[in-house]
Amino acid sequence: MAVLEHNINEVSLSRLEKRENYTFFGLTVPYLVLVGAMIVIPIGWLFFLSFIGRDGSFSFENYERMINSKAYLRIFLTTFKISLLTTFFCILLGYPLAYFMSQISRKWASLCMIGVLIPFWTSLLVRTYAWLVLLQKKGLINNIAIDLGIITEPIKFVHNTSGTLIGMVHIMLPFLILPLYANMRAIDSHCVKAASSLGATPVRAFWTVFFPLSIPGLLAGSLIVFVLCLGFYVTPAVLGGGRVIMAAMKISSNIELYFSWGAASALGVVLLVVTMIILFIASKLVSLDQLGQRR
Amino acid sequence: MKPFLIYRKFAFVAATLGVASLSTASLAEDTLRIVSWGGAYQKGQSVGIFQPAAKAMGITVKEDTYGGISDVKLMVKSGADKFDIFSSGAGGCASGGKEGVLEKLDYSVIDVSNHLPGMYSDYCAGADIFSVVAAWNTDTYGDNGPRTWADFYDVKKFPGTRAMRNKVDAQLETALLADGVPKEDIYKVLDSEEGIKRALDKIRTIKPHIAVWWTSGASHAQLMKDGEVDMTTGWNGRFDVAKQDGAKVAYDWKTGIMDWEGYGIPKGAKQKDLAMKYIAEMMKPNYMAEFAKYITYGPTNKKVYELGLMEDSRARQMPSHPDNAKHQMTLKTEWYAKWRTIAAEMYTEMMTE
Repeated sequence: MAVLEHNINEVSLSRLEKRENYTFFGLTVPYLVLVGAMIVIPIGWLFFLSFIGRDGSFSFENYERMINSKAYLRIFLTTFKISLLTTFFCILLGYPLAYFMSQISRKWASLCMIGVLIPFWTSLLVRTYAWLVLLQKKGLINNIAIDLGIITEPIKFVHNTSGTLIGMVHIMLPFLILPLYANMRAIDSHCVKAASSLGATPVRAFWTVFFPLSIPGLLAGSLIVFVLCLGFYVTPAVLGGGRVIMAAMKISSNIELYFSWGAASALGVVLLVVTMIILFIASKLVSLDQLGQRR
Repeated sequence: MKPFLIYRKFAFVAATLGVASLSTASLAEDTLRIVSWGGAYQKGQSVGIFQPAAKAMGITVKEDTYGGISDVKLMVKSGADKFDIFSSGAGGCASGGKEGVLEKLDYSVIDVSNHLPGMYSDYCAGADIFSVVAAWNTDTYGDNGPRTWADFYDVKKFPGTRAMRNKVDAQLETALLADGVPKEDIYKVLDSEEGIKRALDKIRTIKPHIAVWWTSGASHAQLMKDGEVDMTTGWNGRFDVAKQDGAKVAYDWKTGIMDWEGYGIPKGAKQKDLAMKYIAEMMKPNYMAEFAKYITYGPTNKKVYELGLMEDSRARQMPSHPDNAKHQMTLKTEWYAKWRTIAAEMYTEMMTE
């Protein structure tokens, strides 16, 4: 009798569990449909278009062109170089700021957060042109520096790689700070205190306890910055002065040049595949699950 | 985390379709939609041509800006319907015509009997003539700037920073002129990959001095206004407008490469017949004379001069004035139809080196 009751319990429990699973699945259906409609189908379409030649038939010409012309390789290298450098400088500037914000009281941190968010909410185009005005040969910064006698010849800040980086780092910084700050806030301050009480110097406590715990936030932020940089168009186009050509710019010029989506899609596909390979390697080094980890 | 290129592209297509469906819904019988390049140029067109011509015909003309012949191509290919007439360079129209996305213009409706020779084609009714010139900063060089392309490419005689276009159009010609090729032989030399390479190699010799590759007329005008570069290639009218605004800029007609702009009709335009009549109206000399008051782009219709619709002092500022035109070469659209794609890829390769 007791055994039977136990079985009934188990059966109904597993039934309940199944029902719950179906319910959860049902709740995710709208999202799955959205992902399918907005991401999977368009990417498949893009992939398909990249194999359509100028005359409308199936062909590899869009890929052959990329192999034959050295320009494409250089453009991809520039794209990854600029994206990596932007990520690097964002970490260099963003990590200390996020750390500082996580150590002060929430009230002051909120104030700092406003400082981070206001430029974030300003139009990208406005910020890019503002940098152009500030950085150009007869711009505000060069003029002031010359008037103060710091320099005699204007410095070439803009229409090159440095101008592009300044603009992109400024625009990307919030994308690094936001996840990093959330992660740092969640780190239990008692861990650092415990390290100190066991005799660790503040520097050692930071590097052996705090820093490893902040890595998930740092990685999440860096990945967002890096991936967004790969598709950047406006800022390098305006601040690079034509000397920094990134993949997105070539995609747009290919549409104009070949009058077809195919020539542009192939670039998009290559960029997507290379990015996925990079993410795959990154996921081997650090578990991607860790990125979404909440403490 | 999906790269937002794809997302953006999808959004673009969706937006295009959305806009297209909206505009068809609100389209009345006597309304035409025309697109052009914006800025000082379209302002002149709007005030001098588009609106007065619409008024004369008793129709409504709605204006917008666009990004060039590729927009026409994408619109026609995707079956969208956004505009009935577009303003485009002769080369753009020629390539659009070759791709089969334009309506053939009906010259029994559009009167071009008074046009300058060659200033109209199957797909483009010429409206104004402009020139690509070498402009210099008069603060840097005074009156004796680079008056020829040979000077522009001579970094010893004229040290300083340069700007050139980030697209191939009208740039290779400058290199060959600097290399001593006579005006009339330029397109013969360029009619092979070796010829294109010769021009690119010439540009390579001054590449370290090219500080900026400009993207638009507005951008090269701004570069000169701000003194960002000492000399640049660019459109004469934009420099004249910049000069009026106080920019220290001058140019010599000896560097001029003349080209012309006109109107075309996308294939399958809903208002094709009305568009044809409207283009016919816009070809009248009085509109062209009015337009030339706003920007120094000369009329294609000889009648403007014959009827004395333009003051002599103004006429002398136009690229097409005989005294200016005699120094210049004329851009050959046929060459662009044949070579532009190949030359553009080679040009990008040179830029990225």
